[in-house]
Amino acid sequence: MKEIAIVGYQQSDAVSDAGACNEVELIIPVISKVYDQVGIKNAQDVDFVCSGSCDYLQGAAFAFVMGVDALGAVPPIKESHVEMDAAWALYESMLKIRMGHADSALIYGFGKSSPGELPIVLSQQLDPYYLAPQWVDTISLAAMQARLMLDKGLISEQDMAEVVSRSRRNALNNPHAQLAGDVSVQDVLAQETYVSPLRKADICPVSDGASAMVICTVEKAKEWGLPYAVISGIDHCIETHNPGMRDLTDSVSTRKAAENAGVHNGAVDVAELYAPFSHQEIILARALGLGDATSVNPSGGVLAGNLMMASGLSRIGEVFNRIVSGEAQRGVAHATSGPCLQHNLVTVIEQAKEAA
Amino acid sequence: MSEQTTENTDVITGIEAPIYLKYNFTAGAAPARFLTQVKEGVLTGQRCPQCAQVYVPPRGSCAACGVPTEEEVVLSDKATVQSFTIVSIPIPGNSIEPPFVVANLVPDGANISFIHLMSECDNADVHIGQRVQGVWKPQEEWGYSMDNIRYFKPLDEPDVPVEKIGKIPVEGWEG
Ligand SMILES: [Zn+2]
Repeated sequence: MKEIAIVGYQQSDAVSDAGACNEVELIIPVISKVYDQVGIKNAQDVDFVCSGSCDYLQGAAFAFVMGVDALGAVPPIKESHVEMDAAWALYESMLKIRMGHADSALIYGFGKSSPGELPIVLSQQLDPYYLAPQWVDTISLAAMQARLMLDKGLISEQDMAEVVSRSRRNALNNPHAQLAGDVSVQDVLAQETYVSPLRKADICPVSDGASAMVICTVEKAKEWGLPYAVISGIDHCIETHNPGMRDLTDSVSTRKAAENAGVHNGAVDVAELYAPFSHQEIILARALGLGDATSVNPSGGVLAGNLMMASGLSRIGEVFNRIVSGEAQRGVAHATSGPCLQHNLVTVIEQAKEAA
Repeated sequence: MSEQTTENTDVITGIEAPIYLKYNFTAGAAPARFLTQVKEGVLTGQRCPQCAQVYVPPRGSCAACGVPTEEEVVLSDKATVQSFTIVSIPIPGNSIEPPFVVANLVPDGANISFIHLMSECDNADVHIGQRVQGVWKPQEEWGYSMDNIRYFKPLDEPDVPVEKIGKIPVEGWEG
């Protein structure tokens, strides 16, 4: 099986309102940067393009098709899209490469969540008979999950505040972060609750932006002469759409995906986890079996800025950055989708063997 | 176990679950510049720095080359019919009487067509290559909308041959 390398990753700033930008204007700046990083001219120079986005976010039908205007699809290119986070576009691109249909791929995700009421918009991803008609929003569902954990003694509010404090401080080193600052646990606990037991700081912000990545076979990375990191494992698992039938205090699907992706086959220096709510980072770290030796969300994670449909890809990109810089040898990236961590994708990224 | 069986259960064939979502929709920076000019009665396009094609309405990129289009170009409200269809059903909420003509029109100075209505013509006479011009609403009714042009009507100019459609300069077509 062909080994697959990440050779480029770029992200826009996470901003609370991207203003008048349309999808093309969100995508072009990040893909131009990733072209420059990899030394290619445009999408014609890769074998496959796959994107992740959701038209419900900005309320623009077929925005995902309009986004193709950013690519330069003359002569025609091989292109695909997932109505999911672009981490799953990476998954599709890896399948394409492993089947031998491509040697390289451009992946991008974009989300403009500011035009709508995001927690309400996301209620429409719930089952259409019982939950969506009740408009159960994502924050309320996450609050119930946090309440279950607190009541069972699995976490404390202090634990949640520690996640927030670490995120804000780590984000000081992330130029793309929307929320960063020297925030203490006491500062967080002093906030009033918003949707009990969640404080506003426990909830990721609503952000606009995009991210992009180029992956290819290791042979191609060498041909291009680029620093790269290897994707040594990837898997995703999903749980039932009915939150009442799940153990919301655990993430069984993350644990299973982690086993299949080979997370435990070596030390994990760094982990970037897609936890839109503070308590979910604790669930994920436990499901992934991460210990004190792992630096969790050094970028600040999505509590510092949540680019819907791009943040999962960004987690992979953040781990990639730390591996090519030599900061870490091996890392884990996690992406999620659906309410209360319903669907989870786990990627293991390792230093190139030549560099070890 | 419940005693209830499917025999005494109503068959439910549908439920009502209307969806209302509110958005502050924005057209994009490039379309916003276009709409601002339309409000002043001017049609503008954007030229690709690579292939020189002029797009109207602009979206901010050349779809063919995948590069940002920044150069703004003033276009004519004279245009050429690239393709058309005759619509025989009414548009809900619109006063236009069927049958009416919807056409892909390339304005002079641009290379890409937009869709608009045609009127003041015999529908049976509408044809590809036909020359038309915009009929504007009174200036006091102009807004950020292509509806500032009510429709396009035929011009007394020679037809544009198919291979020249989309290549007419802003100065116009002499035939
Ligand atoms: Zn072009």
